[in-house]
Amino acid sequence: MKKLMLATAAIALGAGGAFAEDVKIGLSLGFTGPLESMSPNMAKGAEMAIEEANASGKFLNGSKVTAARADNTCADAAAAVAAVERLVTAEKVNGIMGGMCSGETIASLERVGVPNGMVMISPSATSPALTDLEDGGFFFRTSPSDARQGEVMADIALERGAKSVAITHTNNDYGKGLAESFKSAFEAKGGTVTMLQAHDDGKADYSAEVAALAAAGGDALAVVGYVDQGGSGIMRGALDAGAFDTFILPDGMVAQGLVDRFGAELETSFGQNPSSEGEGRTKFNDLATAAGFDGTSAFAGESYDAAALILLAMQAAGSADPRVYKDKVMDVANAPGEKISAGEIGRALELIAAGTDIDYDGASAVELVEPGESAGTYREVDFKGGQMNVVGMR
Amino acid sequence: MDILNALVAILNFVVIPAAAYGAQLALGALGVTLIYGILRFSNFAHGDTMAFGTAIVILLTWGLQSLGVSLGPLPTALLALPLGIALTALLALLTDRWVYRHYRQVRAAPIVVVMASVGVMFVMNGLTRLVIGVDEIQFADGARFVISVPQFKAMTGLTEGLALRTTQAITLAIAALSVWALFAFMNRTRAGKAMRAYADNEDLALLSGIDPDRVVRLTWIIATGLAVLAGTLYGLDKSFKAFNYFQILLPVFAAAIVGGLGSPLGAIAGGFLIAFSEVALTYPWKKIAEYLGFEPAGLLQMLGTEYKLAISFVILIVVLLVRPTGLFRGKAY
Repeated sequence: MKKLMLATAAIALGAGGAFAEDVKIGLSLGFTGPLESMSPNMAKGAEMAIEEANASGKFLNGSKVTAARADNTCADAAAAVAAVERLVTAEKVNGIMGGMCSGETIASLERVGVPNGMVMISPSATSPALTDLEDGGFFFRTSPSDARQGEVMADIALERGAKSVAITHTNNDYGKGLAESFKSAFEAKGGTVTMLQAHDDGKADYSAEVAALAAAGGDALAVVGYVDQGGSGIMRGALDAGAFDTFILPDGMVAQGLVDRFGAELETSFGQNPSSEGEGRTKFNDLATAAGFDGTSAFAGESYDAAALILLAMQAAGSADPRVYKDKVMDVANAPGEKISAGEIGRALELIAAGTDIDYDGASAVELVEPGESAGTYREVDFKGGQMNVVGMR
Repeated sequence: MDILNALVAILNFVVIPAAAYGAQLALGALGVTLIYGILRFSNFAHGDTMAFGTAIVILLTWGLQSLGVSLGPLPTALLALPLGIALTALLALLTDRWVYRHYRQVRAAPIVVVMASVGVMFVMNGLTRLVIGVDEIQFADGARFVISVPQFKAMTGLTEGLALRTTQAITLAIAALSVWALFAFMNRTRAGKAMRAYADNEDLALLSGIDPDRVVRLTWIIATGLAVLAGTLYGLDKSFKAFNYFQILLPVFAAAIVGGLGSPLGAIAGGFLIAFSEVALTYPWKKIAEYLGFEPAGLLQMLGTEYKLAISFVILIVVLLVRPTGLFRGKAY
């Protein structure tokens, strides 16, 4: 602890004294576990933002930024706490882009982030529970709360003619939170929920779950789960048994892995995930393609933005000390100020250094509402022709 | 017509999936029970033996596919099975030589051997991941369905559909075949009789000139064969994921214990009992009741599906309380 305080003090001193200082950003993502297929592109998104800042040479008087990856497994809160603890104590990071899944994020925030005064900006933890958490101002997210996704999901389902649905959700904070917010929104708008059922990930067999959902019936099945886990297992069973052929798929399921698995069988299914369109998104996708990864992958843009916000807030505060720059995150993310799109981190750093206010939009049109989460734009997708098509924004 | 619909719905959602799952559990439990009966310890590495064997079968399947070999409507993996079993059995024999033989020679207490098998489990666990990785792999090819829902509906004109996947049919056929072969071997051949004698009374078996090393070798080969069969059938029917094979260890052991550890018949009964109670007790009977002319208010579901694992354990506890040796009078050491 003493060492840590010394280190923090040294960093604060260094930054305050206008020395070029090496800054480290931790990336806490589930490189193994239920969302392992999304993590690599998210990490690459964040690392791209870091490289941009380095290339500009404008960051905190020419400081270099490095990234340190940590595997939080997404599912195992104890492993996530250990991973984040390692980032804070051994890697001595100045900020963390992460966590990834809601349960693990809550645990590592409460047990490591807040006690150690570490800023954590999550690109993808969407549980409504995080809105009301005592975070001491250290937690932000570039994704919206699932309270909002539930509303959007209900709208899309009703517009597409699903009047009654069965819901199955993964048995964790994310699944429960989103499933319940979808259920209440869907019922408030006049739909019927025939069954709300939890499924456990990584089980040997899902015939019992599929049988129960089929018996409850409905126009469509909402699968609030993970594509690399039970979510796909249940869909496989439901399709084979002819129980459902239309699926309502939220952000945990909308991924390339889903199309690879089911392809043409998704013809009538639809879904949504947090994302945005427009100039920033297109620019980010181009940059990602140039950097050799898929920018359209879920939460890749949000990860880029989360890392960028940390860097810009540091620049605005003139310090890499999380206790200092945490107060600048909302400032750089929101109006007033010069609009900053994806790929313009260098320009933003220059503007801040010159004393100009900025309004960071980045890849996902970042607009943070209190207490530090994205207001939320979603893209509506369908799977006609055996591929994922973005059909609109909400 | 309505009664037919009700029957088809039960078949489609309860009987067929539970029977296929039950057969997979039964094959796994048979291996566990054989090792318990003859080598006298609970082999915790069984789940990971299933995973390792399946990984080898998948690699061989890929090899065959790249050579252009296929079995038409049947999965190519069936062709790869014999060699996969042979290779995995080789590993099991080596494990016995390096680990278990020592404990047999010093006549270690069963619990010591069980702990050794936990160690073997972790090694196998890592080995499987080194060989094939952690990702989910679909390796079933050939025709997906014997009967699919749209075909069935067109054929019969019923509102309820019925699906029978090729892998489900194969699972049931192969399970029946291998159980028949196992019992024929155990009851008719000299080697099988020697194994049973060794299981009943080791000292008497040794006195009557039975070679203990041969019995041990045979046991490992047969148990591993059953494990690889169970693993491959399960992987074909669902998908291969190393982690899931670790999870399946639990229901497999539950099945073996419920049936009576050491009793092959018990293992089969236990497998089906666990699978059917998991599916049937959590199935909402509303639709069936409607077809039969009732108008139920609720879903008529006895238990939420979240509790399906608990069902196996409740059965386990009840059996252990009422009949500690299991349904078919296994042995307890």
